[in-house]
Parts: sequence; structure tokens; C-alpha cells
Amino acid sequence: MNGQGLGFPLFPPRASVLADRVDTLFFFLLALTGLVTLIVATLVIVFAVRYRRRPGRAIAPSQTAGSTLLELAWTIVPGLLFVVPFVWGARLYVDAAVPPPNALTITAIGKQWMWKFQHQGGQREIDSLHVPLGRPVRLLLTSEDVIHSLYIPAFRMKQDVLPGRYTTVWFQADRTGDFHLFCSEFCGTAHSRMGGQVTVMQPEAYERWLALGASESLASRGSKLFQQLGCNTCHRGDSLQRAPGLVGLYGRPVQLTDGRIVTADEDYLRESIVEPASKIVLGWQPIMPTFKGRVTDDELLQLVAYIRSLEPPAPEPFAPEGQPLFPAERRQGR
Amino acid sequence: MIVATVALERPHAETYLSAGTTARSWLLTTDHKRIGILYMVSITLMFLVGGVAATFMRITLLSPGGGVVAMETYNKLFTIHGVIMVWFFLIPSIPSVLGNFVLPMMLGARDVAFPRLNLASWYIFLAGSLFLLWTVVTGGVDTGWTFYTPYSTQYATSRVVSTTLGVFIVGFSSILTGLNFIVTTHRMRAPGLTWFRLPLFVWSLYATSLILVLATPVLGITLILVTIERWLGIGIFDPALGGDPLLFQHLFWFYSHPAVYIMILPGMGVISELIPTFSRKRLFGYTFVAGASIAIAVLGFLVWGHHMFTAGMSTHAALVFSMLSYLVAIPSAIKVFNWTATLYRGAVSFETPMLYAIGFIGLFTTGGMTGLFLASLAVDVHVTDTYFVIAHFHYIMVGGMVTAYMGGLHYWWPKISGRMYPENLGRLAAMTIFLGFNLTFFPQYILGYLGMPRRYAGYPPEFQVLNVLSTAGASILAVGYALPLAYLLWSLRYGERAGANPWGGTTLEWTTSSPPPEHNFEHTPIVTHGPYDYVRGPQGD
Amino acid sequence: MANIRVADRHAPAPQFDDLVQQREAAALGMWVFLVTEVMLFGGLFTVYTVYRWLHHPAFVEGSHHMALIAGAVNTAVLIASSFTMAQAVQRAQRGLRRGLLGFLASTALLGVVFLGLKAYEYWSHYAEGLVPGSPWTYAGPHSGPLQSFFFLYFAMTGLHAVHLTVGVGLVTGLIVLARRRRFTAAYHTPVEVIGLYWHLIDVIWVFLFPLFYLIG
Repeated sequence: MNGQGLGFPLFPPRASVLADRVDTLFFFLLALTGLVTLIVATLVIVFAVRYRRRPGRAIAPSQTAGSTLLELAWTIVPGLLFVVPFVWGARLYVDAAVPPPNALTITAIGKQWMWKFQHQGGQREIDSLHVPLGRPVRLLLTSEDVIHSLYIPAFRMKQDVLPGRYTTVWFQADRTGDFHLFCSEFCGTAHSRMGGQVTVMQPEAYERWLALGASESLASRGSKLFQQLGCNTCHRGDSLQRAPGLVGLYGRPVQLTDGRIVTADEDYLRESIVEPASKIVLGWQPIMPTFKGRVTDDELLQLVAYIRSLEPPAPEPFAPEGQPLFPAERRQGR
Repeated sequence: MIVATVALERPHAETYLSAGTTARSWLLTTDHKRIGILYMVSITLMFLVGGVAATFMRITLLSPGGGVVAMETYNKLFTIHGVIMVWFFLIPSIPSVLGNFVLPMMLGARDVAFPRLNLASWYIFLAGSLFLLWTVVTGGVDTGWTFYTPYSTQYATSRVVSTTLGVFIVGFSSILTGLNFIVTTHRMRAPGLTWFRLPLFVWSLYATSLILVLATPVLGITLILVTIERWLGIGIFDPALGGDPLLFQHLFWFYSHPAVYIMILPGMGVISELIPTFSRKRLFGYTFVAGASIAIAVLGFLVWGHHMFTAGMSTHAALVFSMLSYLVAIPSAIKVFNWTATLYRGAVSFETPMLYAIGFIGLFTTGGMTGLFLASLAVDVHVTDTYFVIAHFHYIMVGGMVTAYMGGLHYWWPKISGRMYPENLGRLAAMTIFLGFNLTFFPQYILGYLGMPRRYAGYPPEFQVLNVLSTAGASILAVGYALPLAYLLWSLRYGERAGANPWGGTTLEWTTSSPPPEHNFEHTPIVTHGPYDYVRGPQGD
Repeated sequence: MANIRVADRHAPAPQFDDLVQQREAAALGMWVFLVTEVMLFGGLFTVYTVYRWLHHPAFVEGSHHMALIAGAVNTAVLIASSFTMAQAVQRAQRGLRRGLLGFLASTALLGVVFLGLKAYEYWSHYAEGLVPGSPWTYAGPHSGPLQSFFFLYFAMTGLHAVHLTVGVGLVTGLIVLARRRRFTAAYHTPVEVIGLYWHLIDVIWVFLFPLFYLIG
């Protein structure tokens, strides 16, 4: 449906597993819309013509004012019909919200007016994103300034990026090629130029590409920062430990002093570094200084990658009930 | 305070138009009919400003590289287009023009409950407009009509504050109009005019007024917060100080979603008057249509999150908002079916107002169905913030509301001016508008699904043909709107003089002369039956 | 227009049929207006709720900086003023002009006392460097979110104080009219309607007081 006969496209390319599924739902909605429009338009036109005013028909001969049965029918039937696109769309949305455990993580920072991507091996890209075919890719997103939105139409995927917060989105590309990448949340003067290209490559080509651009990995840089900034003076496993241990922390539940239990995802790690006072782990003192202003967004992502690497990622980001509480285990050494 | 002697004792001037011809008699009027005309003039002027902005936008979008205006200028154009069209044209349009004129008469009243407050609301509208015009001439504003933070609070360097203050001020105009209509409807109905004998236009205005008074204050306080953050550097929505930019979005959309129902309910009310009159048949399902208006107003407050499905909201919240968004579509569907059923076995004629009404049904139905795409979470992720959304809301707001405004304007023109508009030109304009509208906005659905984001001054070259089609449509649409402007003005002088009831309407305003006398009714009518009764005729004596 | 006829104690304004309809319309109008006020403050209460949930420790800290005695006295003052306002309305309903004047004056006076105490509180916060924006000099813990607390304090109590000032002005206007014998047992709508407004101002303060002064 790329309008080759017309010379311009009527339908976007499909390049992800999700895209196919979204398009099917779209066509269902299109059919429903077409049907309803056809029915209403036909009835209106037929009635208007058939019952047009003529000499001898100055007012309507029958003044039927209603039918409760009809009202119930055309209230309940649409109501039931609407359940279909609601449930269908919701299922797809929920599936798209939770990445598979083996997803490749790539970080993305939006800033006026460019996208900075960084692969785990330290490969950097600006306004272009190389990804392998057939593998789930998870983007960890943030903004350095205003709200932007990363939009890849071919993947039917969009996610806002926020300053001071991480958001995530994932996709699995199933066709090779180059596809548009746009910013889709108005962000200032060059909003319409803030875009580029996603390149989906065969896995071997992707590996070669990675090797070309390899530099120090995010986790390795993060490890250096961890020492430089003195994090290891408190976050350590010996008798001088004054802060919760970080090994195996990522993805686990954490109990806080105010009674809440939160999951240690990337956003939690980021917040713990720049706003330590907002969530205190149960059993520890609020003595951590804030590093806001002392680390850039890039450095934050490196630290987060390092902490994440301290154990293989947890199989489920959401911990099942009944898990032992993380801090209590680690306090045994004090 | 000196009490002047009573108007009831001195003979009425012939009509409300001839009762005083000085500028002062217009600018200090408390007559709801004159206030409706004052609003008509002001919103038409604002519509022209917003329309000029749209013209430059569509010209720029003729070519992928943009270039007709600078990117920053383009951003200011779409911002001012949105701000003006929403708050200074659409929201006041039917309520403050047609509602002000017709509502008291439909109730058998001499005026609204608070006539001086009514005049004040017009002056407040003017004051807000002046702030906006000042923004336009001193460099413009480029935040989008949605003012998202932190761009609007910390990064924009354009005239944000004069805009937020202008919108804040005009919000009071909305609130006072809504307040007036609510009290008038409750307390000033003629004897025998029970709630279920009210014309459906009144029901729609009442539902609209509920939204006006409940939602607008929230917008007011939200804009004040943005203004304070900009002026005083206090980080309410600034993440660096513990603020939350998403909180702004929740507050903003809590108002702005109900606001879109302000921008369609009055239009539906007009259609509910036009269809029966031009089918000479009772509206089918009166009670359900009345109830649907209230249902839309109530449910409309519960769906704001569907503007934020990709903003970083929780999945659970998204599911709830999606479900409620489907629910709110149902009362609108009920109305469409009831309008259609009214035509069945009616006696239908095709004067200009009816052409607009039929056009409305088609355009509103399609626009409404595309709302179902947006309510479906997975599809919304793809099409939100693209031209699909732009097409959707223009189908409803222009294809729906503006079409209804034009229909109502032509319907009540004889009552307002005492003159008929030229019928053939009226029909020509209606058809030109329908054609131009579809050519402008249908390609935008396609552009949206293709992935063209909104608020873009340029785009990838493969999107050009559809953009050119859209601009071509816009030029036709402009001609369509220019025609009534010209012939309605022409008719004031040269139009055929109208009788009291040229359409054979049954609601109370048609029992007065065209134009009506200053106090509407010589004596208060007694209502004996419901509206749209073509056997018994008008509702009151 | 020369024949704008204002309502007086003999006959209703021309759009109304009788004084009863006029009074009912005025009362309903005021109730609708009060609902809009609730929605206006509601936006700020929402912001408060979100930020208190996000930054609870900062809010507890903020509450400790409030002058509890001043707040409690102000609460009592305002509740008393609602009582005197209700008495004023009752006197108006019975056509008792002297009682009406006395209770209106007490209400206005109590309102002024409230504003005076509030001004003192604002000044002392300023002196401690707790005014958000450029005058902020406080450097203790939670300084960032504490600014949010104080911003909300000044915004919400400030908006309240603006409304109270308008209320004092309106009550003063009522005193002027009452002195000119404008009100009778048959016509005293402005007193009733402004009484409703005054009560809402009181109710809003009753919510504000614990939210700022009594956390933790």
C-alpha cells in the first residue's frame, strides 16, 4: 500500500512485530468507521430524499416521537461493540509496556534539538539509531531540558521523554531498512528538525557495526565514576558499610522507612543519586548527599548501567509477593 | 442611588434594533440581543486573526522544506491559531452569540437573570482579546496552545505571560456566561415551561454551562501557576526543585478535555433545533437526547488522561481512561441516531440551515468515529501528536461546531436582523464549505497514520502531495467562509424583509416579530405543550 | 441606557416578575459562583496533595516553621466572623436595622483582624528567608521541596486573603447600604448572598489551617 501507482505513500512501512498487530486493529477500526458512516449517510440521504417536502406533505403525517426499544438498542449495541477495540488496544498496549527479559538496552537522551543514543558497549550516535533485526530492544529515555517524544512510525512506537525522570519503551524490528525517527512533542524552535533515522540491520552486520564504534562500555565508565565520586566509601560490603549494598539490587523490591515498597528500576537508581532524601531505605540513615548538579545526564546513565551490571538483570522487573526484603539481608554484616 | 422610572410605563421602541441608535446605546446595553451581536462582531474579528495564521501555516506546508516563514515564526503561527480559535472563537461562538440572543426568548423571558453581568462578560472578553492582540503585535508566543512545561515556564523566550493572562481573563467571560445561563434556565422559565418542554438547544446550553462553570476555574489557576513560575522563577513544575511537569498536563487537560465538549454541545443543540424544523416533525427521542447532553457533560470530566497515553502515565490509569473514553462516545452516538430517526417519515426541505445540519451529521459522525481510534491505546500510541489528531479535532470542531454555528446563524438571521439572506448563495456557500473542508482535512488523517507529527514547519518529501491537497482544500474553505460574511452583511441593507416565523418553527422565539421588540414579549407567554409540535404549532401564545 | 432600573426595596429589576424570583435568582447565582470558587481552590488543593505525597518529609518540616498560635487565633477569628455574619443575616431577615449594622461591623472587623495577623505571619516568614524565588535564603534540609511547601502556603493563603479582602469590602458596602435604609424584611438579598460568600471563605480556611499548620 505504498501508493506506487500514485507516486506518494498512503500507508507507512511496517518494520516491527508490534506494527503488524497495531495495523490489524487499525483496519478493524477503519472497517467499523466505514460501516457506521455508510449506514448513517445512507439513512440520512435516503430519508431526506424519500420524505422530502412535497405539496400534500407540508408537515410529517406521523409524529412518532420515540421508541425506548430503539434507544436501548442503539445504546447497548455500540457499547458492546466498543469493548472490542478497547480490549484489543489495551492488550497490545500492555504487551508493549513490558519488555522481554533478554532485551538489549540502549539509552536515549533528548535535548534541544537532537537525540543522543548510546549502546551498552559505549557506541554513541546522534540522530541515528542502529538496531539488530529480530531482537527485542529496550530504550531507556530521558531529557536534558524540555519534554520531547521519541517517535518511530514504522514501529508504531512513541514515548515521551521527561527531564528528571526515566521512561522506557521497547520494540522488536522484523524488517531491515532505514526508517524515520521524529520528535513528536513540541519542544521549541527546531522541533521539526529534531529527528533522524533508525537503521535495522542483520544481526551480523549489527555486530560489525558495534565493533567499529566500540569504546568504553557504559558500565565500565560508570564503575570509574563510582570510585571518582566516592560512592564506594559508603556503598561497600565490609564493616565500613554505611549505605545499602548494591550488588543484585537492580530489579529487586526495596522497603522504605515510610512503609512503601518500591522496585529498584533505573528511575529509582537515578533518583537515589540526585534526590537521595526522597526515598530512605528501611534500616539506614538519611546521610547520603545529593549529586544533583555534580553529574550530567550521560554520567547518570553510566552509573546506572554500572549498578545494573553488578548482577545479571532480574528475570521480572516486578517482584512477586513474598520475596525476602533486600535490605534486611544485607545488614547482616553490621 | 437614583431609581429611574420604569420602562414598562413608556411605549416600547418598535424593535430592539431601533431602541437607541447611538454608540453609547450599544456599548452600555444590557439587552441580551444586543450583547449577542456585540459578541458576534468580536468573535468574527478574532476568527479572522486565527484564520490568517492558518493561511500562513498552510502556505508554508506546501513545500517540505518549509521556508515561507522562519521555523520560529511557524511555531508562533500555530500557537496563536490554536489559542485564538479555542478561547476567542469556538468557546464563545454559539453560547455567547446565538445562546445570548435566543435563550431568554426560548424561555419566554424578558432577558437573562443578570443583564449587567452579561455586558460585563463581553467587556472581559474584549480585555482578554486585547492581551492576545498585544501578544501578536509584540512578537507572538510559541508554546503551542497547550503551554506544556517546562518549555513554557523555563525555556520559551516569547510572550508567554501576556498570553496566559489574556486566556485567564477571557475565562471569566466564559464563567459568567455559564453562570447567567444556569440561573436563567432554572429561574426564568415562562409559566407551563417545565424542564421536559424545553427546546433541546436550551438543554445543550445548560449542559455546556455546567462545564463552563466547573472546568474553567481549574484552567484559570493552572495558567496562574505557569505565570508565577515564569515571573518569579519559582519551580512549581520544575523537576530540579522537586516539581512535576506531568502535573501541569493533568491540571491542563482536566479543563481542556471538558472544554472540547464546550466546543461541541452547543452545536449539537443547534442541530436539534434545525432537524425538527426542517423535517416538520418532532425530534425523535427527546428525553434521550436531553439526557445525552448531560451525560456528555458529566463523562467529559472523566477522560482527560487520554491526552497523555504516551506521557509517562501508569498503565493502570491508561486502561481506565481508555475505557471511559469509549463510554463518552455512546451519548454522542445516541444523538446521531435520534437525528437520523427524526427524518424518517418527515417532510424534509433543504434550505441553507438544513444543508448545514445534514453536513454536520456526516462530518461529526466521521470525526467522532476517529475518536474511537484515539481511545484505543495501542493505536493512540502511533497516532497521538500526529496529523491524525489534528484531522480528528478539526472534523469535530470545524466540521461539527463551526458548521452548526453557520447553520444556526442562517436559521436565526431573520429573527436577529429582520432580513432574509439570499437562499441560493446560502446553499452555494454551504456546499463550498463542505467540499473545501473535506479536501483540507481528510488528507490529514492519512498524513497522521503515515507518521507526520504535528507542529512541524517542514516534513519528509514523500508527504508533500497530501499537504498540497490539504492547502488546496483550505483555499476553497476560505472562499466558503468569505461568502456568508459578504452576503449576510449585504442582507442587512438589501435582504428581503422577514416575517415573524419564516421557517414555521414552534419554539417561543418564533412568536415574536422579526426583529423582536426590546423586551421580547408583550406579555409573558403561557406554555401549553412541548417544542417541535407541528400539529399544535408554537409552544405558547 | 437611561432606563436601567436597579433593584430596590419596592420593585424587582425589569427582567424579574417579582421580588421572590429576584431573590431566588440571586441566591442561585451566588451558589453557582461559590462552586466556581471551590474549583479554583481545588486546583491548588490538587497540587498540594500531589506534592505532599511526593515530598512528605519536606512538608512536615514546613509545618514546623508555621506560627501555630497565630494560625489557631486566626481560625477562631474567622469562625467567629461567620457567626456574626449569620447573625447579621438573621437581623436583616427580621428587618432589625441596628442589629444588622452591629453584626456587619463585627464581621468586617474580625476580617480585618485576620488579615492583620496574616500580614504579620507573612512578614516573619520573609524575615526568615522562607519566601520562594529570589528572597529565599533558607538553607536547611529539604530546601528544594520546602520551597514548594512555602510556595503553596503563600499561594493558597494569599488567594484566600484576596478573597477575604474582597469580602471585607463587600461587607463594608453592605454597611453603607444598610445605613441608608436600603434593606427591609422584604428585601435584603445582598446581605444573604454576601453571607453565603463569607461562609465559603471561612470553610476554605478551615481546610487550609490543618493542611499547613498541623502536619505531623
